[in-house]
Amino acid sequence: MSETGMIFDIKKYAINDGPGIRTTVFFQGCPLACQWCHNPESQANKPVLMYRANRCVLCGACVEVCPQHAITLDGFSSTDRSLCNTCGVCAETCYNGARELSGYQVSVDEVMSEVLRDTPFYEGSGGGVTFSGGEPLLQHRFLLELLRACREHELPTVVDTSGFAAWEVLNSLREYIELFLFDLKIMDDERHIQYTGVSNRLILSNLRQLAEAGSAITVRIPLIPGINDDEENLRASGEFIRSLPNICGVELMGYHDLAAAKYEALGLEYQLKQVSAHGKDQLLRSVKIFEHLCLQVKIS
Amino acid sequence: MADTQTQNLTERVSKLRLQSLNAVESLSSERAELLTDFYQKKLGIMSVPVLRAMSFAWLLEHKRIAIYDGELIVGEKGDSPKAAPSFPELCCHTLEDLDILNTRSLTSFKVSPATRKAYQEKVIPFWQGKSIRDLLFAEMTPEWKDAYDAGIFTEFMEQRAPGHTVLDDKIYHHGMLDFQQKINASLAKLDYLDDPEAYDKQEELKAMYITAGALIRFAERYSALALELAHQESDPTRKSELEKIAEVCTHIPAHAPRNLQEALQYYWFVHLGVTTELNTWDSYCPGRLDQHLLPFYEKGLADGTLTRDTAKELLCCFWIKFNNQPAPPKVGVTAAESGTYTDFAQINVGGLRADGSDGVNEVSYLLLDVIEEMRLLQPSSSIQVSRKNPDRFIKRAAKIIRTGFGQPSIFNADLIAQELMRAGKTLVDARCGGSSGCVEVGAFGKENYNLTGYFNLPKVLELTLHNGYDPRTGKQLGPQTGEVAKFTDFDQLFNAFEKQMLYFVDIKVRGNQVIERLYANYMPAPFLSLLTDDCISSGKDYHNGGARYNTSYIQGVGIGSIADALAAIKTHVYEQQTFKMDDLLKMLDANFEGHERARQLLLNRTPKYGNDDDAADALMVRVFESYFNAVDGRRNTKGGEYHINMLPTTCHIYFGSVTGALPDGRFAGKPLSEGVSPVQGADQHGPTAVARSVAKMDQVRTGGTLLNQKFTPQVLDSEEGLNGLVQLVRGYFNLDGHHIQFNVVDAETLKAAQTNPEQYRSLIVRVAGYSDYFCDLSKQLQDEIITRTAYDGF
Repeated sequence: MSETGMIFDIKKYAINDGPGIRTTVFFQGCPLACQWCHNPESQANKPVLMYRANRCVLCGACVEVCPQHAITLDGFSSTDRSLCNTCGVCAETCYNGARELSGYQVSVDEVMSEVLRDTPFYEGSGGGVTFSGGEPLLQHRFLLELLRACREHELPTVVDTSGFAAWEVLNSLREYIELFLFDLKIMDDERHIQYTGVSNRLILSNLRQLAEAGSAITVRIPLIPGINDDEENLRASGEFIRSLPNICGVELMGYHDLAAAKYEALGLEYQLKQVSAHGKDQLLRSVKIFEHLCLQVKIS
Repeated sequence: MADTQTQNLTERVSKLRLQSLNAVESLSSERAELLTDFYQKKLGIMSVPVLRAMSFAWLLEHKRIAIYDGELIVGEKGDSPKAAPSFPELCCHTLEDLDILNTRSLTSFKVSPATRKAYQEKVIPFWQGKSIRDLLFAEMTPEWKDAYDAGIFTEFMEQRAPGHTVLDDKIYHHGMLDFQQKINASLAKLDYLDDPEAYDKQEELKAMYITAGALIRFAERYSALALELAHQESDPTRKSELEKIAEVCTHIPAHAPRNLQEALQYYWFVHLGVTTELNTWDSYCPGRLDQHLLPFYEKGLADGTLTRDTAKELLCCFWIKFNNQPAPPKVGVTAAESGTYTDFAQINVGGLRADGSDGVNEVSYLLLDVIEEMRLLQPSSSIQVSRKNPDRFIKRAAKIIRTGFGQPSIFNADLIAQELMRAGKTLVDARCGGSSGCVEVGAFGKENYNLTGYFNLPKVLELTLHNGYDPRTGKQLGPQTGEVAKFTDFDQLFNAFEKQMLYFVDIKVRGNQVIERLYANYMPAPFLSLLTDDCISSGKDYHNGGARYNTSYIQGVGIGSIADALAAIKTHVYEQQTFKMDDLLKMLDANFEGHERARQLLLNRTPKYGNDDDAADALMVRVFESYFNAVDGRRNTKGGEYHINMLPTTCHIYFGSVTGALPDGRFAGKPLSEGVSPVQGADQHGPTAVARSVAKMDQVRTGGTLLNQKFTPQVLDSEEGLNGLVQLVRGYFNLDGHHIQFNVVDAETLKAAQTNPEQYRSLIVRVAGYSDYFCDLSKQLQDEIITRTAYDGF
């Protein structure tokens, strides 16, 4: 019996998660709680119930099957989340997919049989498998087994991480990872804590150690209007990155509010409702800051 | 949208292009009237091939000709741009047809009062009841007619002649005088003592000889007109252009071309000849234009008579000629089967050379520039991709694709060579072959390969579920293969389906065999024959087995729908026993009314084809194998065989409209899946999963498959996006996929175009094996395209 872990999705034809055509495995659970998180369903270390009202046909099947009697029908299907124990029975009965349980247990073999399917597309495109999340390092034993299995099948691997993990964990996985997509959010620690829930000290020190240890790294910065897109933060980020060896490049990821619907589906409030996406000019201004520091930068 | 791409065009080309775009499609009675004159006046005792050859010569001698201001390539099929001639000997329009064509809102053809009058007084009285179409329907059996009416299959040749073929490189080396010499040599070899067909061959060869001369004479008329116009012309530049045209039209088609302009003009006269002789399906195509033109291009650059820009201008003028020729207006069935102005001429770029080396050259890139900048529906374009071609080539095409105009489509040249070799072609003929029309393959210049009709696979399942009875027409159409409710396992059901399928394939093939002989006996095509190897050496007509290879295709439609329907039955009736068969049948007969929750279960809790899920994909393969076995290898009347391909054009809409609710949750009347694509919206795991699912079909044993993918523009915005597309194509082709095409436009835009068509007149989308103006499509087809799964935001 192979190691198991919890993921919430496997996406194929991923062309923005590292080189070539890739399959991205999304891990469930994250130690951070970034306000702009576009996968909020992945934050908890357990499955979460999502309800998308626009798919609901108000058939009432969920009301009947819920063992906790947590669901009522009142213009839409409403869940008392204090009663819900995410048993998933309602999602099973909801054929329209209005109710879905995000996060499920899988074995290494199961993940591998899925990711190996697209091998013909990795070869030639220089693609492979990307582990993302959530935070993949949070389930590092599971991740290690997956990485080893990928090595065995000669699949190139990328890990997309917040960098928030013990150095020993990172260090133990390092040799199996062709490329890190390492997120760098806010340089000021206080603000980092305010917006992500954790300090950036461990993250920054991991990034440095990883770079110095020789791992290939692309630094990814989500550009969140009004939160980390100020010149001071970007310049500080750029200078920090410039001081590191082995950085393959910097990717600025423009903000979008496509995740707002997910917050609604989770019964959570989206705190960045008022924030609107950058215009092209603003993005280019940010790019300039990094280019001035002689860093290879692109927008994605 | 179009302006950004078309701004590089020369003033001449911009003007001609705009004229072509603004010209209104009309029906021209010129050909019908001339033909009627000919048959009324000239009918004496003569062989059918010679009669047809003389009618061809008569048409080319008497049709009006014109050279329009600024043109470098000359000649129209009708009496003016976008005027479509008619073919009353094949199918004679009624006055009612003309009125419908004139007034219908989509793909209308203007019918002038004079045209209507000519039809009323001259054409209809002579041809009514005497066309091939009349004869054809009279010769079909009641079983054939019932199946045809029920929408189990369609018939391609009921109003258009077989064509579906493509020219090779022969006209670039031989003039019509050379062909006449070959004909004479063949005549000289006829063995009247031992060959009982010698006289028939003599008549066929004489007919070919007459048509070759007719084309030379046709070009001379243009030459004379150009000289006349040159005399009147005051502008010295235009004057010398007209003199050049006169010179070109004197040299070709009598002799082999010496330069690029002569090569293009020669092809164009040949194109007009083929499409005037008969209303051939897919008009006619020049094939590997980049390879054919390369020697002329290189020579022109070397001797200073050509630059890249002047070559491009000539090509643009050539492109406009194609766009001026709408598909022949249909009779009877109005827009149901295929409503489009597109006549399916396709330019092939890239692929392999005869020696197996990389066929991409400088002209390939020049043609791609022309395709991008002209942005015309016709000619359609495709790139033939071999593993030997560079990525740069695909990427150049991808940059055109992402502008959202559906062209070029992409074919797997290496697989096509394999497909053709499996079907008996030599290695060189296979390499020099390719795809035409939608996606069908053939040996260019050497094969008569016909699409004969679409075959409605899900409808056969519907009949199977009803023991051979068709709920829509209320007739027992098929054999009684058993009450499905009494079947105890899935195999019994599948065996019953196979019996039904075989029964209808037999009916279809019987019809085809008769129709082939109708064309062979009554509608020979001596001009097309002289262009197709080995008609001259065999002395036989294109329709009568004269070609080196002869293939009859029957195109399977709805493989995705039937795979999902069978997956639903297998899963929910036999495996999980969610429903009893009886209950499922009741739901289908009720079109799921009152069973929405069950329908949602069928839609969402069933393995679906297109997700790389072996449970569903295996059923697709099983249906494919059965269909293949039912059709492939049967003999046609031309010495060739039947093969299958999997393409729908727009027939999945028509077939859907006659097919009841299906067990996959599809409502009655809704479109079926198209080509080998999954059911619209059923594929949930991205394009690589679709590609892998589809590639489980052993496509090498087909004569072409069609896979549609829809991308939102954002995906292809970036370099990664473009590379992703290139590598997706490479990956699919490594898995032996035949063809893939992309619609790059988001659903929001399409919906907006539906609501405000006047603002989106120029919006072009990929339909099936061709592109079309979105606003010209039927509402059903528009809806269907909107629901094809779009990939974005990976």
